[in-house]
Amino acid sequence: MSDEIKPDELLDKIDYSTGGGSWMDTPVQIRPGMYCYASNPKSVETLGLPNARAWNPLDDDWQLPDNWQEIIHQGLKERLDRFRTFKVFMDICVRCGACADKCHFFLGTGDPKNMPVLRAELLRSVYRNDFTTAAKILSKIPGGKKLSGSRPMTLEVLKEWWYYFFQCTECRRCSVFCPYGIDTAEITIMAREIFNLLGLNIDWIATPVSNCYQTGNHLGIQPHAFKDMLDFFVEDIEEITGVNCAPQYQKKGADILFITPSGDVFADPGTYTCQGYLILFKYLKEKYGLDVTWSTYASEGGNFGFFTSHETMKRLNAKMYAEAKRLGVKWILGGECGHMWRVIHQYMDTMNGPADFLEVPKNPITGTVFENAKSTKMVHITEFTADLIKHGKLELDKSRNANRVMTFHDSCNPSRGMGLLDEPRYVIQNCCDNFFDMPENTIREQTFCCGSGAGLNAGENIELRMAGALPRATALKYVHEKFGVNTLGTICAIDRAALTTLCEYWVPDVEVAGVHELVGNALILPGEKEREEDLRFEPLPDSEEE
Amino acid sequence: MNQKYLIPLITVFVLFLAAYVGVEGAKLEWFFGIVVPYVSLIAFLVFFVLKVLGWAKSAVPFKIPTTCGQQKSLPWIKQNKIDNPDTTGGVVIRMLLEIFLFRSLFRNTKAAFARNDKNRLSYSWEIFLWVGALAFHYAFLTVLLRHMRFFMTPVPSCIKWLEWADGIVQLGLPGLFLSGVVLLAAALFLLARRLFDQKVNYISLASDYFPLFLIIAIAGTGIAMRYFTKVDIVGIKSFTMGLITLHPVPPEGVGGLFYAHVFLVSVLFAYFPASKLMHMGGIFLSPTRNMANDTRAQRHINPWNYDVDTHTYEHYEDHFRDKMIEAGLPVDKKE
Repeated sequence: MSDEIKPDELLDKIDYSTGGGSWMDTPVQIRPGMYCYASNPKSVETLGLPNARAWNPLDDDWQLPDNWQEIIHQGLKERLDRFRTFKVFMDICVRCGACADKCHFFLGTGDPKNMPVLRAELLRSVYRNDFTTAAKILSKIPGGKKLSGSRPMTLEVLKEWWYYFFQCTECRRCSVFCPYGIDTAEITIMAREIFNLLGLNIDWIATPVSNCYQTGNHLGIQPHAFKDMLDFFVEDIEEITGVNCAPQYQKKGADILFITPSGDVFADPGTYTCQGYLILFKYLKEKYGLDVTWSTYASEGGNFGFFTSHETMKRLNAKMYAEAKRLGVKWILGGECGHMWRVIHQYMDTMNGPADFLEVPKNPITGTVFENAKSTKMVHITEFTADLIKHGKLELDKSRNANRVMTFHDSCNPSRGMGLLDEPRYVIQNCCDNFFDMPENTIREQTFCCGSGAGLNAGENIELRMAGALPRATALKYVHEKFGVNTLGTICAIDRAALTTLCEYWVPDVEVAGVHELVGNALILPGEKEREEDLRFEPLPDSEEE
Repeated sequence: MNQKYLIPLITVFVLFLAAYVGVEGAKLEWFFGIVVPYVSLIAFLVFFVLKVLGWAKSAVPFKIPTTCGQQKSLPWIKQNKIDNPDTTGGVVIRMLLEIFLFRSLFRNTKAAFARNDKNRLSYSWEIFLWVGALAFHYAFLTVLLRHMRFFMTPVPSCIKWLEWADGIVQLGLPGLFLSGVVLLAAALFLLARRLFDQKVNYISLASDYFPLFLIIAIAGTGIAMRYFTKVDIVGIKSFTMGLITLHPVPPEGVGGLFYAHVFLVSVLFAYFPASKLMHMGGIFLSPTRNMANDTRAQRHINPWNYDVDTHTYEHYEDHFRDKMIEAGLPVDKKE
């Protein structure tokens, strides 16, 4: 894109000084490059969500229902009763400012309304006006509204909410630093639920949700096409390894149902990760007789419903247990994905459980019982693979990844909504000798978002995404220059897409790879031929030297 | 802009004057000394409890702790049992560290961006807010506990020890209590942050300045009485004992400053439940900190979990049957 903002122009814009004036008197300006297009009415209709119509965020008239203010008020009220998080977080912020410079969007844009505390205040100011006695009393005296920091809901305020709650990737980094654990993601989630009561979703969320609901995955890949795409990978793998790794679909009575984000089937470099899964499952089938099945019906691990509403999340997630039950598998294995794992780890069992038709996950090869997943009955693939490696059940040839100098990007949700930190690192380090972590303020629970999570990975908001990507990119650039890191490992499908754009933009010499791409390269399949190329059809480091 | 702190400042000043003049001029000792403290204490207790009950009434549909360390997974991977607890014991330790040591605030960093050929975005450890906050809260607690001597006869030995420790520097007569000085200094530091740190200034509301000015005024009047005007302690003790035993008699000749002090404290107590100061209660109820990260091991129940429309496999197969059969995918109904 020629009109895309250049890195230098973007860096020139960064200014952390807030300027004078009051934020409440600073009106919102919805600026191209910083927002996502409005939802397609067809997608809104598929789910039966309200106020489906074509609309444009830049228009003055958003074509809201007449009683939109009442809908918001009732929506807030209902959520204050349903979510203690929301209610407590509305009341207890002391505005200490510890969160202010923790947000990647603030660090990348310098826009003060991207400080988590202000993002929340956008909503709190209306909460105080509508729901607190103190503000109601104060509002009776002149200037009292200013004193209580409250304001009534207006169209202007709604537009400000919409703009800034779609500039939050629900990454929860601020919540790590908050002395009360206030989680802006939770507030953003509530705001987005409210938007959906008014038909104000963005299309990059609404259409994947509709696809996922009807067709089984976000990308709308139909069953036969899904199989075609995996067949294509099977051919590639056979060319490289000489082994046919064809997967099974919807196999009743299989040991394990495997579910991964459809992004891995669809776009590079996720496709290489997907090939890694196919190679791993083939290996386990041949060596140990483990029977893994895929499903075209439950062909989506991710859940953009999570970025729409709790209800939509539940509707999309229901497929996982439904399919596991229908197929009669023992337990479910989940692929590399970020928000997918927050949903599985913190929501699935509560929403759609109990999964009493499944068994407590046990790795039949190592005998390990995954006690940490004994109720939800779903295991993360890096937990699974790490266990296999630890027990010496995988034959890995590290030299096939010797050209890679790795670092690892902790995805927001697995790190702050789960704590999956050492498992992927263990897998990487067993597949590759060169590993260097990024600086400690930028990894593990303090990791920076890719800048494109929570449904913001669109094309039209590229300036926002690249600004939000800056903190991650800066840390990556540091290890790239210091240790020669050339590959950024990750366990998230959004990351594989988003970080690739990030690298092209900020650190062009670094590639992005899923952890199981490394596994796929290193794993020695029974009966394989001498490999000359890696999964990207690039010459293996060894053969290059010869 | 200035309104944000000028109005709270003026309000606190007016409150001070109201009590001072009310007693010195209008002889309203019974009002400022008896009515106001009782009313404010009742308001504090009632509204505090109501607020907490209001929070408690809201459901906790999902277990969503913010995990700040390695999870419990495979037995050979070392779990961070405090920052990512999977047991109640771990949660208790996490909460205690949060409540007593402000653990999350201790992590605080400060980001800086330098626009030059390196374009470095750097993060440095920022300890001052943690130190200031800790000093402020512990000094306040100590002052509050020391004041318990006015409401108990005989004074319990633990309070005497506290006084001894608080006065350990043995400076001046009456001996200097560190807590009062630290409280005032810490409150001034927190105020200075709000005034001079651009980001904090921008996010601050009048309701952030008001309690600070109020506490500064309370500490100021208290220090003035103890060290400078040397108020009649014996008279005050008989008054406070009267308050606590419900036989209040306003003391003679303790002066307007004492009533102003009591009035400001009363305002703080009455204001407390309606303000951000409720973080004192809220921190116990914050679901991102007070829950264990065991959601895959232990099913959490959502009290309002309701059924939703889903797209079932049968729908799906009906929709795609022909294509599935053609692609060789298994189907339940062959038609």
